[in-house]
Amino acid sequence: MSNIKTFYDLINFANSQNKKIFEICQENEAYEMETSIENIRNKVFDNINVMKSAINEGIKTNEKSLSELSGTDCYKMQANISKASLLFSNVMNKAIVYALACCEQNATMGKIVACPTAGACGIIPGAIISISEELKIDKEIQINALITAGEIGRIIACKMALAGACMGCQGECGVASGMASGAIVEMLGGSNEQIINACALTLKNIMGLTCDPVAGLVEVPCVKRNAFLTIHSFTGANLAMANIKSFIPLDEIIDAMKEVGNLMSVTLKESSQGGLSTTKTALAKQAQLEKIWKNN
Amino acid sequence: MENTTSLFDIIGPIIIGPSSSHTAGACRIGMIARKIYGKTTLKKVKFVLYNSFSKTGKGHGTDKGLLGGVLGLKLSDKNIKYSFKIAQEQNIKVELEYCDDFNRHPNSVDIIFDDNKMKISANSTGGGEIEVVKINENPCRLKGDYPTLILNYKDKPGMVSLVTNLICKKNINIANMTCSRSSKGQIANMAISLDNNLDNSDIKTLENMEEIYFIRYIEALEK
Ligand code: SF4
Repeated sequence: MSNIKTFYDLINFANSQNKKIFEICQENEAYEMETSIENIRNKVFDNINVMKSAINEGIKTNEKSLSELSGTDCYKMQANISKASLLFSNVMNKAIVYALACCEQNATMGKIVACPTAGACGIIPGAIISISEELKIDKEIQINALITAGEIGRIIACKMALAGACMGCQGECGVASGMASGAIVEMLGGSNEQIINACALTLKNIMGLTCDPVAGLVEVPCVKRNAFLTIHSFTGANLAMANIKSFIPLDEIIDAMKEVGNLMSVTLKESSQGGLSTTKTALAKQAQLEKIWKNN
Repeated sequence: MENTTSLFDIIGPIIIGPSSSHTAGACRIGMIARKIYGKTTLKKVKFVLYNSFSKTGKGHGTDKGLLGGVLGLKLSDKNIKYSFKIAQEQNIKVELEYCDDFNRHPNSVDIIFDDNKMKISANSTGGGEIEVVKINENPCRLKGDYPTLILNYKDKPGMVSLVTNLICKKNINIANMTCSRSSKGQIANMAISLDNNLDNSDIKTLENMEEIYFIRYIEALEK
C-alpha cells in the first residue's frame, strides 16, 4: 500500500497536505483495495461494532474459560463500579471493564477483533468505546480514531512482527497501548504531532515487556494486562494533549523496541519457559491442566 | 506480520478467540482439509495434534477450531465453541489423539477422514496463517491464500505442461507450484496456486483426462 514506512514520513506528508493521519491512511487504503473511502470507513465501523458486542457479551457473562484461569473479573469490576468505591473517573473504570470484557470473551471462545492481536484485543476497544460513551463522541470520530490506531500499528508492523513469539508482549499489548493513545488524542481533537507523541511516550514505557503466559494460554497475565495497558494509554494521551513531547522520536523508539525484542531470551517470548510461566504456582497449574486434559 | 500492507491486518481479523494460531489457524486448517477431502458427507474424522497443539490445544480450543473448520464454520462463527455438539447432531464421529514429535512444526496436526480415506498434515504458522504440508503422505505446500488446483496423475512426460498450458491459455498467472511423485512411472502429485479463479469448465476438461486420477480445485480460504 502506501510507501509511508516511518512516522517521520507520515507526519511530513500529512502536514504538507494539511490532513490528519486518518485521512492519509483511509485514502491509501481505498486506493490499494480499489474501493471507496466510504467502504473503508464502513469496514472499520463493522470492526467497532464487533468490539462493542464483545464488550456487551463480556459484561453479561460470568463464565470461566476452559482452563478456569480467567473469565469472571470483568463481572467483579463492573459490580464495583456502581458502588463508587473505586479510584479514577468513570471513564477510566469503564475502560478497565471494557478491556477485561473483550479479553474474557477471547478467553472463552467469543467473537473479538484481533487488534493488533487476539491477546491484546481489549486495549483499543477499552479506550475508544469507553471514551466515546462518556464524552458522547459520535460514530465518525470513533472511526477516525480507530483508523488512526490502525495506521500507527501498520507503520510499526513495517519494522517488527507484532507477535509475542518474536518481540515479547511489548510487540502485542505494548503496541496496542501505543495505538490506543494515538486514537485517544484523535478523539480529543489533538494534532498529528500530539498523536505521534502520545504513542511515543506510551511505547517508551512498555519496553521490554515479556510474554510468559501461564500454561501457554492467553489468559495470565494477558487478560488483566489489557486493563493495565488501557489505562497506560490514557497517560500517554493526556501527556501529549498537554503538549509534553517525547525526547526520543517515535521511529527511534520503534528501532530500540526491536533491538530489545531481539535481545530478549526466547524463554520470555511466548515459549512458556521462563518468567511468570515457570513460577511455582504456574507450573502447578500447568501440571494440573495437563493431567485433566490427558484424561479426557 | 512483517511488512504488513493493509489496515485490516492490524484492525482485525474478526475471529473466535483465544488465539490466532491455535484457534483461528486451526479453524482454517480444518476448512482447507475438508475442501481437499471434498466429500459432502462425512462419517468420521480423527485429529492427531502435535507439540504445542497437543500441549495447549485444549485450553486454546484448538480441537473445537479444527472441527469447526471441518464442519464448514466461518472463522468468526460463535458456533465454533459448540462444534463437538454440531458434529454429534450430524452423526459425525470425532476422535482426538495427542502426540509429541519434535521433527514436526510446533503447531501441527494430522486430519484423517473416514478411516484413512484421506490424511492431511498441516501446520499453523502464526497470525492465522497455515500450511498444508502433506496430502496422503505426499509433500506439498498449500497456504490457502490463493485458489489452488491439486492433481494426482500418472507420472509421465508432458503431464505438467498439459496442465500449465491450460492455465496459461486462460491468461492466469501461477503464484506457486509443487510437484512430487511416489516413484518413477507411478502416481505423481501437483499443487498449483493461481492468481485468479479457474472456471468450472476448465476443471471439467482436466477431470475428463484419462491419466488424471484425482483433481480438486479449492478457492482461497476466508481470512
Ligand atoms: S503475554 Fe504474550 S500471549 Fe499474553 S497478551 Fe502478551 S504477547 Fe500475547
